[in-house]
Amino acid sequence: MTTYFNEMYENGAVRGPYGQLDDWMRNMPAELRQMKQAEAEALFRRIGITFAVYGEGGDPDRLIPFDMFPRVFSALEWGKLDRGVKQRARALNAFLADVYGRGEIVRAGRIPANLVYRNDAFEKEVVGILPPKGVYSHIVGVDLVRTGPDEFFVLEDNCRTPSGVSYMLENREIMMRMFPALFRENRIEPVDTYPDLLRRTLASVAPPKCNGEPVIVILTPGHFNSAYYEHSFLADLMGVELVEGQDLFVEGEFVYMRTTEGPRRVDVIYRRIDDDFIDPLCFRPDSMLGVPGLMDVYRSGGVAICSAPGAGVADDKAVYTFVPEMIRFYLGEEPILNNVPTWQCAKPDDCKYVLENLKELVVKEVHGSGGYGMLVGPKCTKAEIEAFALRIKAKPHNYIAQPTLALSTTPTFVDQGIAPRHVDLRPYCLVGERVELVPGGLTRVALTEGSLVVNSSQGGGVKDTWVLAG
Amino acid sequence: MLLTVDHVTLYRYSQPVRGVVQSHRLTPSEFDGQRTRSWQVTVSDGLMGGQFRDGAGDLVQAWTVQGPVSEIAVSVRGTVETTDLAGILRGHKERVPPQCYLESTPVTLADLALSDLSDGANATGGGLDAAHRLATLVADTIAYTPGSTQSATTAAEALAIGKGVCQDQAHALLAMARRAGIPARYVSGYLHASQDGSLHEAAHAWAELWLHDLGWVGFDPANRCCPDDRYIRLGSGLDALDAAPIKGIARGRGAESMDVQLAVQQNEQ
Repeated sequence: MTTYFNEMYENGAVRGPYGQLDDWMRNMPAELRQMKQAEAEALFRRIGITFAVYGEGGDPDRLIPFDMFPRVFSALEWGKLDRGVKQRARALNAFLADVYGRGEIVRAGRIPANLVYRNDAFEKEVVGILPPKGVYSHIVGVDLVRTGPDEFFVLEDNCRTPSGVSYMLENREIMMRMFPALFRENRIEPVDTYPDLLRRTLASVAPPKCNGEPVIVILTPGHFNSAYYEHSFLADLMGVELVEGQDLFVEGEFVYMRTTEGPRRVDVIYRRIDDDFIDPLCFRPDSMLGVPGLMDVYRSGGVAICSAPGAGVADDKAVYTFVPEMIRFYLGEEPILNNVPTWQCAKPDDCKYVLENLKELVVKEVHGSGGYGMLVGPKCTKAEIEAFALRIKAKPHNYIAQPTLALSTTPTFVDQGIAPRHVDLRPYCLVGERVELVPGGLTRVALTEGSLVVNSSQGGGVKDTWVLAG
Repeated sequence: MLLTVDHVTLYRYSQPVRGVVQSHRLTPSEFDGQRTRSWQVTVSDGLMGGQFRDGAGDLVQAWTVQGPVSEIAVSVRGTVETTDLAGILRGHKERVPPQCYLESTPVTLADLALSDLSDGANATGGGLDAAHRLATLVADTIAYTPGSTQSATTAAEALAIGKGVCQDQAHALLAMARRAGIPARYVSGYLHASQDGSLHEAAHAWAELWLHDLGWVGFDPANRCCPDDRYIRLGSGLDALDAAPIKGIARGRGAESMDVQLAVQQNEQ
């Protein structure tokens, strides 16, 4: 029987960071709780935040369940996460600058050439192009889980366009509105500085040809996209324009947006569309979402694209296993946050081990996301495991496996009252002239009893995440 | 050889379009086999966009034309001094790792027939002899036949009908080389046709294969040779689309038609 680390209780006592919440929880009558839960849901519906987290698809109008019980970190605990996440974000960017430059890490034999250069996410069009400040991934979402008081593991990195930050902001907003007293009684670090930090980060990577105050836009695929709400929300909070491909055009050396007062030059594009669709002249010719000629402007220094095309080569699940190596190679430091031990099914020895131990392992597709196409061994029947084994044997290079981690739990409101449920965490690290991390992130919670899958498509919800002031 | 290029591409639109964006790879590559004496590209009513040298060593120049416009002329004129290096791309500065050119594209996918043909040549390992065998096989199995294929014809389709133009032959060579684990890329350029008519297609295309001891080496199945001083190299890519000397998109509903006039002549020294 696996024991799970409960973030609130240890040996029957309440752990420090959760001290205040113990009273709060005990003093809340069931009726009040139900009323508040209904109020929270109504608020979420009203602001229209109903999209699926992390582009998981599914019903775009479905509300992600919000759990009112906050997840709390002490200043000390956060200090380590802060250093660890920033370290990772720096190393990932150094890796991108290297593989699109001289490729020292490959030459040094620290990562296999094919894993990088034959990766679907590697863009040869970006080779030799040094973006402003040498930054490729400006918003790095690092997915973390906790297994003990001091044990954190990184599950994966998201270097392209990690979503979900609007939940971090809205969860806090709604908690503050519903429980103002909690925020008076606890000294909680604010997260509402995020939009301003994001705007400053984007402004700091304005291209060399920009003169004056950089004009920033968010480029969205459109309102049918599941994260459209987040795109418009961030544009609003940053005070920048939200545009679609058809609102932008290239003329001469620059990109312009159409406005009622005529064309206006754009210096920084925070794009929330995939590489393939950015520019039909350079990538997919059939794309209607992008801006023809954008890549030539980018590559000649006329505009910044955040994240840089090709940034995805740093975050696939096979490259992930080399991030600790990147930290040592580029920063000369030891990783502060651990990777989960990972078996690569592409390696015959690893594959053999995985097939023999499927019952104990979690198996994921290398390019998969959203909790689809994955096997959680301990939760599967013999028949399911056998079926999955055939898929691995057919395409071993498509799969990696990890041990089933004993994800920590935090108290969560459930029908029967309060019960421990498993959680993960995604902080959002900003990389520009400086590396910044807002104290907080998005906590996802597996609402089904015993479930270790926190994805919203698989019955997950979200929580406000507190970092207590030191 | 001293070669002068005079190349005009005329785009006509059935209805005026609101604007045109183009990306050019129309400047001769810089390597030991080519020295540019003079070179000029102009676009009628065009506004010059950004310019940069990409990771593959090609000089890319962007252009935009503001509409309404119903005709655009892209003119290239210049003189290049060429040297025969037996196809070897010596002294070419580039940064894209050769492995990137193992990637197939829809038109260069090796179907069963192309795979069989490649496997039969026993080319794995990628020596010079192996590369020549592959190029000869392409020339033997896909007969140069103008008008037999379209721009979207795949390598597999060309092999199936046994006919094609230089584009199809180059695509087939790429498919077979990559199948054998040899990085290979599409090269676009110009060719000076000799007096006796044995060489064809002044706007030409061939393939380059990456060989361990030599680096990138050109192979032209259409003419059963390696590029020499009659060839002018412009740029490269994963296939014809990727390596196109002119890529463009027009904003508007007008149907596009294209007319090309090209002369590659040898100057008196």
